[in-house]
Amino acid sequence: MKPFEYARAGSPAEAVRDFAPGTMYLGGGTNLVDLMRLGVAEPERLLDVSRLPLDAIEPVGDRVRVGATVRNTDLAADPLVRSRYPMLARAVLTGASGQVRNVATVGGNLLQRTRCAYFQDVTRPCNKRRPGSGCPAIAGDHGNLAVLGTSGSCVATHPSDMAVALAALEAEVHVTGPGGDRIIPIPGLHRLPGEEPERDTVLAPGDLITAVELPPPPPGASVYRKVRERASFAFALVSIAAVLDVGSDGVVTGCRIALGGVAHAPWRAERAERAIIGGPATGEAFLQAAEAELEQAHPLPRNAFKVPLARNLIVSTLEELAS
Amino acid sequence: MEITLQVNGVSRTVDVDPRMSLLDLLRERLGLIGAKKGCDHGQCGACTVLIDGRRANSCLALAVAVDGSEVTTVEGLARGEDLHPLQAAFIEHDAFQCGYCTPGQLCSAAGMLGEPGPSAVTEDILVDPDLTPEEIRERMSGNLCRCGAYVNIVGAIGEVAR
Amino acid sequence: MNRIEGRVKVTGLATYAAEYPAEGVTYAYPVQSRIAKGRVKRVDSGPALEMPGVLAVLSCEDPPDLAEDADPELALFQRREVAYRGQLVAAVVADTYENARAAAAALRVDYDPDDHDVRLHPEHPGLYRPEVVNPNFPSDTGHGDVEEGLAAAATTVDVTYETPVLHNNPMEPHAALALWDAEGRLLVYDTAQGSSISRDMIAKTLDLPPDRVRVVARHVGGGFGSKGTTRPQAVLAAIAARAVGRPVKIVLTRQQMFDVTGYRTPTIQRVRLGADAEGRLTALEHVAYEQSSTLVEFAEQTATPSRVMYGTPALRTAHRLVRLDVATPSWMRAPGECPGMYALESAMDELAYAAGLDPVELRVINDPETEPDSGLPFSSRNLVGCLREGAHRFGWEHRDPEPGIRREGEWLVGTGVAASTYPARRLPCKAVATVRDGDFLVQVAAADIGTGARTALTRIAAGALGVAPERVHVELGDSDLPDAPVAGGSMGTASWGSAVVRACEELRRDGKEGRADTTEEIKGDARLARHAFGAQFAEVRVSSVTGEVRVSRLLGVFAAGHIVDAKLARSQFIGGMTMGLGMALMEETLTDEEFGGFLHRDLAQYHVPACADVPDVEAVWLDEQDGELNPMGSKGIGEIGIVGTAAAIGNAVHHATGRRIRELPITPAKILLPRF
Repeated sequence: MKPFEYARAGSPAEAVRDFAPGTMYLGGGTNLVDLMRLGVAEPERLLDVSRLPLDAIEPVGDRVRVGATVRNTDLAADPLVRSRYPMLARAVLTGASGQVRNVATVGGNLLQRTRCAYFQDVTRPCNKRRPGSGCPAIAGDHGNLAVLGTSGSCVATHPSDMAVALAALEAEVHVTGPGGDRIIPIPGLHRLPGEEPERDTVLAPGDLITAVELPPPPPGASVYRKVRERASFAFALVSIAAVLDVGSDGVVTGCRIALGGVAHAPWRAERAERAIIGGPATGEAFLQAAEAELEQAHPLPRNAFKVPLARNLIVSTLEELAS
Repeated sequence: MEITLQVNGVSRTVDVDPRMSLLDLLRERLGLIGAKKGCDHGQCGACTVLIDGRRANSCLALAVAVDGSEVTTVEGLARGEDLHPLQAAFIEHDAFQCGYCTPGQLCSAAGMLGEPGPSAVTEDILVDPDLTPEEIRERMSGNLCRCGAYVNIVGAIGEVAR
Repeated sequence: MNRIEGRVKVTGLATYAAEYPAEGVTYAYPVQSRIAKGRVKRVDSGPALEMPGVLAVLSCEDPPDLAEDADPELALFQRREVAYRGQLVAAVVADTYENARAAAAALRVDYDPDDHDVRLHPEHPGLYRPEVVNPNFPSDTGHGDVEEGLAAAATTVDVTYETPVLHNNPMEPHAALALWDAEGRLLVYDTAQGSSISRDMIAKTLDLPPDRVRVVARHVGGGFGSKGTTRPQAVLAAIAARAVGRPVKIVLTRQQMFDVTGYRTPTIQRVRLGADAEGRLTALEHVAYEQSSTLVEFAEQTATPSRVMYGTPALRTAHRLVRLDVATPSWMRAPGECPGMYALESAMDELAYAAGLDPVELRVINDPETEPDSGLPFSSRNLVGCLREGAHRFGWEHRDPEPGIRREGEWLVGTGVAASTYPARRLPCKAVATVRDGDFLVQVAAADIGTGARTALTRIAAGALGVAPERVHVELGDSDLPDAPVAGGSMGTASWGSAVVRACEELRRDGKEGRADTTEEIKGDARLARHAFGAQFAEVRVSSVTGEVRVSRLLGVFAAGHIVDAKLARSQFIGGMTMGLGMALMEETLTDEEFGGFLHRDLAQYHVPACADVPDVEAVWLDEQDGELNPMGSKGIGEIGIVGTAAAIGNAVHHATGRRIRELPITPAKILLPRF
């Protein structure tokens, strides 16, 4: 690690004011310290925002506001979250380990970086880490990388489980920064790689996430399911957050599907959703919708399994929600 | 930077390099070798300690960032000569072989027993479940044991949880 | 009995290599090659030496003084040639770990790279027949005519299996703390599976007489073979300490461990089997393709279990090796037997299905009278007993052999069986037993790497002395103690225990002291085939939606001579089986064909089983009396637990799904797509 200065921010406004080029905000540190040790992140100055008074989970009208420094454990254990957004609690609980969840913050979870092997190894090229150096994953190891929304520059995935549930819930991220306060919807926070894979999100330098606001939960049944070859403490091969509402006539009135482990961002399967809403809640309809969604996939030899995996998962999950 | 921690009930003030992890501070500066370095990236759990009562990977905590915290390591679990019930159960169940993951397993288990709420395998997310073997296995999955003592670890923790 | 060192281990007081206090200690951090083949053109140490706290930079620019015949993996910075990506090419020594690591990251090394070749495949033109395979077996053996046997068979299988690069990944990283005294004697606290052998290897590398080196390894955080040979950190700590005139500590990072502490070679194994109408083998051929580095020939003895397992009129086993621009593979828990039995026992299952026979019965039918390859009688062999006992306990008689028909919701359920075997050997060892304060002190340079050696030897000594274990104190893990072989090859307890028993017997005669050296005794051992055997049964659940495989039950039944201590033995068996579960379902290190070296060099990417993967593992054993082994009548148990597990699980996956996955690990990717 290169030497750096460390300071604690007293308030969000102070943090933004004190932000300068070379500064990075430090939340729980479960990813940033890891990346600093690898030499992937080399801040000159760490501004610790983990103790800012942003650790409340509170109802705001018919919405729920989750402060950015709420620890993952506390988010998943919160009675309000468990009763109104069980899918979110489940998603958080499938992430990392108990130790990591005790420390990792909501803001940090959203901004964690890809676990692509090349990104994490400073001795190998990576367009995300060193723009223009190339993407060896495309011809090399991409077994757990993206199949949707990829570019010739990057096939990284976003590793968060929580963000997948937030995408299905259409949560909003509250941001303060040098340009003032903003609200950014999820999806919309995370970018696809395009020709700028170094940019994970639409945030600008100095932007600080202060909260995530959850709109009223959509009607219908919901679920989060994560697939991995190790039964716990592993990133998703593919995960799904889904909500399905079926009328008494058997016609689908609402459907949201978000996939994890398949793209540079939590992937809202909008094509599939459009195909399903207004149609019958049958396995056949779900299969057609899933296939329509996955027509856009660009699998590589070693991650091609994610296409049938995502298809099976969409169909099976929606069938379960419909029954 | 000068920081002050309560480590196993004792106030320790030290001048640390901001790059130093809590784990390295404990091991290299404070002579507390109980917390182990297995991966240095939060991927194995051998360094688990309790920070302000909650289990955490001390390798991922910068020492400067935990200034003012209370830290409990495996050295602080026993009360004098009396082993913590988890320590006694680990011995009785042969819940370790090489012993290198053991301090982390013990601190993790001690923290875990105080963590209410559901886990990824809890059937009804609204209910705080009993610590069945399945629940213990999921909650202890952040602590790898390459010797493969999991069956005995779960048995030892299960006995204490009852 | 409970582990003697249990209390220090659960209170955090057990001291591992990097944890001894040393006045004025400094820290070394290695720099690794970024090319897979070529030469180091230049190491520019100037800027690094200017950095805070830096005391020295070691590299080939000023090669440290080492023996000319040092092991090439230990001959640090002697040559400019690079043999693999990740090889140590330099090191920085500084006052703190943070400063050493930062300077190492900043050290500039320039290279002249050459084209590299890191891919093992069965048509590789560089494949050759090694003279011997580890440790000293002939590469190829056989009798009878395999082609004839296959031609005469009613049923044949001809199948190829692949196993990936696997890494031992003990929880304790390889570490060393080196201190030189004023007289030029070297003390190394090393993560060693044998302090005598580590002392000898360090002394040889540094060109020192062995009596000027002492190695201490009282607690070792697992090794599984990777600490059985001296690793670069021990040599680096010694030469760095010599360079800076202060104690030097080095702890390899988890990532560095993947590169320089050994691994299990990937294997490609072709197995051809023929059986007559009754299921009796007419031919067995097992050919293994493997890799080693350009530095050292290490040929894993992968096909050797086929020399032991089944009777057949025609038997051929062979090994072919290719030298690639890779690190040198080495021992990983049950080298040879572990990957070899995966292939043989998977093929036997395929033969059972092809012949319409029960997999347990097929093995029983082919149980040999004498060791098939050598013709030697067995000292004891209870494979059939293990299979029968396991089948009974597991409920095998209720099994419908039809694959792919048991479903619980989306989950397909299946069961499988495989046999286990591992040689029962012992090596010469010395020990001393004395009376101390009315109790007994037993000294032997054994190692306790988690096996429970301290506890087992205490029991053995207590038995030999006829006293309670509380009155025996065993000292081990120090090369100043009587010379002992490595904790490896499942030979530890048999070797050390033999010497301990003899020393205790001598003490009883003498009244004050007993000294033993078993060299002569072992020379007198009869020529017999000595092996432990076992049978493993697995039940798996495979998701038809996701391809996830979960093991729901695992049972091992073993016949391993007299079991010295039931509690420790069970832990050893289930530990090996748990590692076998990892091999079956998740463990794999990728080789980077473009840049060389390995990918997935950490524990988030190289998955070992987590607690949630291991629901129900049971190990039991048959009471086996064998007077041809050693004074304890014991066979080693450290490795047999991992032998056969992956085959049992793979066979269960076939029973669940009807699909044969012949490349480990069996991941969702391979379940979902025939060829990913």
